[in-house]
Amino acid sequence: MSLLTITFALLFYLATAVLIGGVAYKIYIYSSTPVPLKIPTMPAPMTTTGVVMRMGREVVLFESLFKSNKWIWIFGWMFHFGLLLVLLRHLRYFTQPVWGWVVLIQPFGRYAAFVMIAGLLGLWARRILVDRVRYISTPSDHLMLALLLGIGLSGVAMSFFSHVDIIDVKMFMLGLMMFHWQELPPEPILLVHLSLVALLMIVFPISKLLHAPGVFFSPTRNQVDDSREVRHVADWAVHFDQ
Amino acid sequence: MAASKFEVPELKGYTTIPLLQKGASANIKSFLANEKIQEDLGFPGELVEDWHDKAIEKMGELLGKYRGLRVFMDACVHCGACTDKCHYYLGTRDPKNMPVARQDLMRQVYRRYFTFAGKFFPKLVGARDLTREVLDDWYSYYYQCSECRRCSVYCPYGIDTAEVTMAGREILDSVGMGQKYTNEILGKVHRIGNNLGLPGPALVDTLEGLEEDIEADTGFAVKLPIDVKGAEVLLITPSADFFSEPHVESLIGYAKVFHAAGISWTLSSMSSEAGNFGMFIGNYEQMHKVALRIRQAALELGVKRIVVGECGHAWRVAYSFWNTLIGVGAGADDPFAKMLQKQLDPRYPQPAHICEVTYDLLQQGAIKMDKEANDHRIITFHDSCNVARGSNMGGIPGGQFILPREIIKSVANHFYDMAPETVFEGTFCCGGGGGLLTDDLMELRVKGAMPRMNALKSVVDTHQVNFMATICAICKAQFTKVLPYYEFEMSMVGGVHQLVSSAIRLDPNK
Ligand code: HEM
Ligand code: SF4
Ligand code: SF4
Repeated sequence: MSLLTITFALLFYLATAVLIGGVAYKIYIYSSTPVPLKIPTMPAPMTTTGVVMRMGREVVLFESLFKSNKWIWIFGWMFHFGLLLVLLRHLRYFTQPVWGWVVLIQPFGRYAAFVMIAGLLGLWARRILVDRVRYISTPSDHLMLALLLGIGLSGVAMSFFSHVDIIDVKMFMLGLMMFHWQELPPEPILLVHLSLVALLMIVFPISKLLHAPGVFFSPTRNQVDDSREVRHVADWAVHFDQ
Repeated sequence: MAASKFEVPELKGYTTIPLLQKGASANIKSFLANEKIQEDLGFPGELVEDWHDKAIEKMGELLGKYRGLRVFMDACVHCGACTDKCHYYLGTRDPKNMPVARQDLMRQVYRRYFTFAGKFFPKLVGARDLTREVLDDWYSYYYQCSECRRCSVYCPYGIDTAEVTMAGREILDSVGMGQKYTNEILGKVHRIGNNLGLPGPALVDTLEGLEEDIEADTGFAVKLPIDVKGAEVLLITPSADFFSEPHVESLIGYAKVFHAAGISWTLSSMSSEAGNFGMFIGNYEQMHKVALRIRQAALELGVKRIVVGECGHAWRVAYSFWNTLIGVGAGADDPFAKMLQKQLDPRYPQPAHICEVTYDLLQQGAIKMDKEANDHRIITFHDSCNVARGSNMGGIPGGQFILPREIIKSVANHFYDMAPETVFEGTFCCGGGGGLLTDDLMELRVKGAMPRMNALKSVVDTHQVNFMATICAICKAQFTKVLPYYEFEMSMVGGVHQLVSSAIRLDPNK
């Protein structure tokens, strides 16, 4: 077993633990923090089904963003759905035999990377060119885009230019999952790709990427508009009733 | 036009996104509350010595009590979608009035003290220590937000800057930096029962005077009853309705509606205020204490229904919070709330907005209108922010947009909406809400009104609109002051029930 393989194996265990543990911890914090008041914003659904539909539209279509800014919406949507397809395509490295629908989306997934990269470039361009967005940007906002672009570009490089032996990569990944380690091919471009992915996983729970779990906990979006029909009191506010 | 010390924006009939101009409104600061005002509310009289630690401690407390704040601090991706949505940014060009930047004033501190990244890599994530400079910025810019929630509608995660502003004000109050305007008024409600500090006897006098005026005007003895035990309806209305113009015209309108429909009703001298400034400072305890007067009045008078007059933030507190705070509503299983809910008539929404009452009566044919009485008016409707953003009417989706418009159309012949992006859920705030309706913020109020004034100008130019109806006491007061800066007549603004008042038939035989 090479030192390289051991390093990457440990790195991925660490990254996975941080990602899962960190996000689980954050979800625990969000869900255990009380919501003392009803604060849904329009269009506020009056039933739970309505809330589920609304959340669905927010997550799949970015409905509110569509209302507010068409450029951010189009770039943001390209990036996220490119990313989603790419991630789904990656399932083939983690499953044996590969699920049928994962096989089906392979050809689309291959090009989704370009959509994702184009979206990221568009978002970055706005960050640099629009004075309002430039003003609010922190270095981490730029680095996050750089990180995702780095992942996308190194991935595209492997799949279209310097082909890496994906069978070996798959063996490595399956080996990690089975706790039966296999050698990782020492391709520089692959190592760059994997390092960046591990970094992304590690920063996920301590960065703005928390918007992904966060959106589901946003009271203005997930509350049912039924304040007159149901009394809603947080535990810490009950004593006021005495 | 009123002479002003600042430049009044020029109206084009539509609003464009300005380039930012750093520090453009840094000089705008509302007066601090003095020791007396602060201490009356139980807040420190002046900035406490250990304000830094106290503020951070308070912030931790709020993060633990309000999930919204917690999620909003983490979730923002700095996408920028909200940056052009605030009327104060559009009007002042100050980048700190962009909703995300306003949040960032707190988020920077949150990151520094409460997150891993901010503790170890502050520069990278834009985290900052809580310095005196930051605290002063909080005071300036959390009192340049009207808590109108327009930004929340447009944020992909619904991040509600109003919640952040409220938390900011709550922290400031807790270390001794309160705002004179809001906190002084809260003191008055606690002492006297309404925001204006109008004592019971004066109120009774005013109402008697109004009854005489109405009778002289119409020949009908329309009553404005107060403290009547056993009345069907308790009307809770903003105290401005009692004697400010044009507010009082709407009060007369409500009285005529009750009169024509034969509904017995009453005001309360002990609880003569719908507005709840406790919400403005994000203080649950204050909000609760102010609301309790309404519960007490309802119980003492034994009323069956509670109806709320034309007031935006008040309707938000009533519709969204009263059930939580004082049990006005339905569906409770605790003794505190059940006691009141048993008394209230379940066939009506509790609380009900006066527009819901009037609309229902119109639907039933229980009141009749002579539309021609409003023919001299060409009307538009300004959706008040706190109603529009989430305080329903009529129990139908978007009812708070539909009901007032339907009422206007039933009482008048000429109605035109303003540009779609400036009404309904995307409405622009009048510029004076959320505790900013004070003369020391006149510059901000005038500039913040610009997007609404632009939309108004457009319908004035195309349809010769001469009346902007609204259902909020703050909107009415703000526009009365601000319209002249933009060379409009101040009498252009008025209430929906002012229109009802002109058109309603009082003679039961006709
Ligand atoms: C529930 C799943 C998710 C939803 C609903 C969601 C939604 C959004 C929306 C609406 C935006 C703002 C528009 C934009 O800038 O693109 C955004 C931004 C962003 N998202 Fe997500 N997202 C999700 C998951 C993810 C994941 C898994 C990642 C990365 C691993 C991610 C990375 C980003 C980044 C980096 C930005 C900021 C882009 C910029 O700098 O402008 N998102 N997301
Ligand atoms: S709540 Fe209204 S005033 Fe405050 S930042 Fe948002 S848009 Fe501006
Ligand atoms: S729209 Fe929401 S996520 Fe985007 S910058 Fe504004 S507050 Fe942040």
